[in-house]
Amino acid sequence: MSAVIETRGLGRQYRRTWALRDCTLAIPEGRVVGLVGPNGAGKTTLLRLAAGLLAPTCGTISVLGEEPAAGPAQLARVGFVAQDTPVYARMPVSDHLRLGAWLNPAWDDEMARRRIGQLGLDQRQRAGSLSGGERAQLTLTLALAKRPELLILDEPVASLDPLARREFLRGLMEAVAEDGTSVVLSSHLVADLERVCDYLVVLVASRVRVAGEVSALLASHHRLSGPRRDPGALPAGQEVIEESHTDKQTILLVRTDEPIHDPSWTVRPVSMEDLVLAYMSRARDDRTRRLEVVS
Amino acid sequence: MIRLSMLQFRTQAATAAAALAVLAVILAASGPHLFGMYDSSGIATCQAHGDCAPLAISFVNKLAGFYAAFYFIGIGLLLLVPAVIGTFWGAPLITREFEASTFQLAWTQSVTRTRWLAAKLGLGALAAMATAGLFSLLLTWWSGPVDTAVPLEQGPNITIIRLGYALFPTRGITPIGYAAFAFVLGVTAGVLIRRTVPAMAVTLGSFAFVQIAWPIWIRPHLLPPAHAIMALTAANIPGLAAGPGGTTIVNPPILPGRAGDWVLSFQTIDPAGRPFNVNTVKACLGTNFQPCQNALGRLHLRDVIAYQPASRFWVLQWYETGIFLAAAVLLAGFCFWSIRSRRLSR
Repeated sequence: MSAVIETRGLGRQYRRTWALRDCTLAIPEGRVVGLVGPNGAGKTTLLRLAAGLLAPTCGTISVLGEEPAAGPAQLARVGFVAQDTPVYARMPVSDHLRLGAWLNPAWDDEMARRRIGQLGLDQRQRAGSLSGGERAQLTLTLALAKRPELLILDEPVASLDPLARREFLRGLMEAVAEDGTSVVLSSHLVADLERVCDYLVVLVASRVRVAGEVSALLASHHRLSGPRRDPGALPAGQEVIEESHTDKQTILLVRTDEPIHDPSWTVRPVSMEDLVLAYMSRARDDRTRRLEVVS
Repeated sequence: MIRLSMLQFRTQAATAAAALAVLAVILAASGPHLFGMYDSSGIATCQAHGDCAPLAISFVNKLAGFYAAFYFIGIGLLLLVPAVIGTFWGAPLITREFEASTFQLAWTQSVTRTRWLAAKLGLGALAAMATAGLFSLLLTWWSGPVDTAVPLEQGPNITIIRLGYALFPTRGITPIGYAAFAFVLGVTAGVLIRRTVPAMAVTLGSFAFVQIAWPIWIRPHLLPPAHAIMALTAANIPGLAAGPGGTTIVNPPILPGRAGDWVLSFQTIDPAGRPFNVNTVKACLGTNFQPCQNALGRLHLRDVIAYQPASRFWVLQWYETGIFLAAAVLLAGFCFWSIRSRRLSR
């Protein structure tokens, strides 16, 4: 499995603060990858580094085997939809399509016009007067018609209403399903990603907390509930991700590839949201604990 | 990328074209009458046979309200054009893309940001130079008769000479150099500050500073000045002034037949070659200058004058334009370096 994005010790500093620090990850090819994490985890910085909008302060990043934005050829292979989907407000939709055609050698004009037509956008309308959903669709069209091998979307639906969100993601899936484009999209809302992603990366404070195929992740994580007990007594191979206790009861979220035999546990499957939240809160607890040790 | 830059630059180009068209109409409509007056004044042929001053004075006096006013409006316009270009074209060129985040759209097309900047900067600089060049061409042509006549008056007011503060930067090719420099200065401010309004303010302020400081400190030294020594007679002492430090000679005599020379400095010396102080002459201690002038005329004084001859006009124009273009190129180089190596964001 080759990686579309591979980073090693990647870091980026703004003045004094680190937006991303010591990030090592590999995002596999041919997937729709959800990059999830709380606000401030470094998602936007990571994706901007991947698009070549930023240069790393330290570490390395390679995208499709090359340095990001190394040249026109590398740029042509990567599509990017920026956060808040910026467009030229005073230019009409038609000029955006011309811009795409002028600046991209592999531009698929037929596809771009078909998509704009399907969306019911008036080509003469100024981009600044489009609704948030329409603007997002326009930038997605620009990124898709460039025929990229990798499509990067930074919180593309964060500011959209639920209906526009669904339509945007549906359009994205239809477009990339045809030619197996790799997709990386970030969100701090798991619900957005649930429907579309088949691979998940949870990023908290620059660190990858868990990464893997969604189906495999869901199959290997379980919610256990039963009489109160010490989670340290679990059999080897069962890793506790999250635990909560009442006087009488213990509820655990464990990761294991083995079946669970202990009959005193009630075993239930976990949702993607549970799983992501469990990893996020564990990361937060880790940090709190580290801070306590330091102080 | 050039086509996109042209698309984005449409509004500015249309504004410049409209302004030039209006100016061209005004000048074309009024030009023939102005040139007619000049031709019938006899100034064009007077230099061959003697005294031009009366002809020049009568021509200049005949310039009624509109011509005199528009002559100065033209000078004002040409002083403003480069500043306006730098402030309104240069500064927002990049900052707009940052403020609207559209740089993220532009930089992720299949074009490197070096080419992106080259197209935007190149097209903008060419448009700036063309605009300023055409403004200068039109106004230099129209103002020609007045520019020629005013120095021939040989009065004490010789600030309106082609090498002077008002005309040198508003005639010939210098506006082209200023416009290119101001435009790139604006872009540079934008790249550094990244916000439109502060970048515009910094551009306007720093360009105005250059415009004021340059003719005072730099232009006089672009070429080593020429020197002339002239004998002072009671008749040719052109100006005396009484001040707190006593009486001083404020102007050197105009070199015969060299009305357009730009005098940088002069010193009055006595027959022994020592610097001369007017206040050592008794007749000059009062405020009545006539006896003073007569007394000075008998002392065999001389003025040592450092000046740029009028004939150096084009050499100085090329020098100055070249320097401003070179400065524009240097600033552009900085912009490229900054955009490429620092990979701006936010």
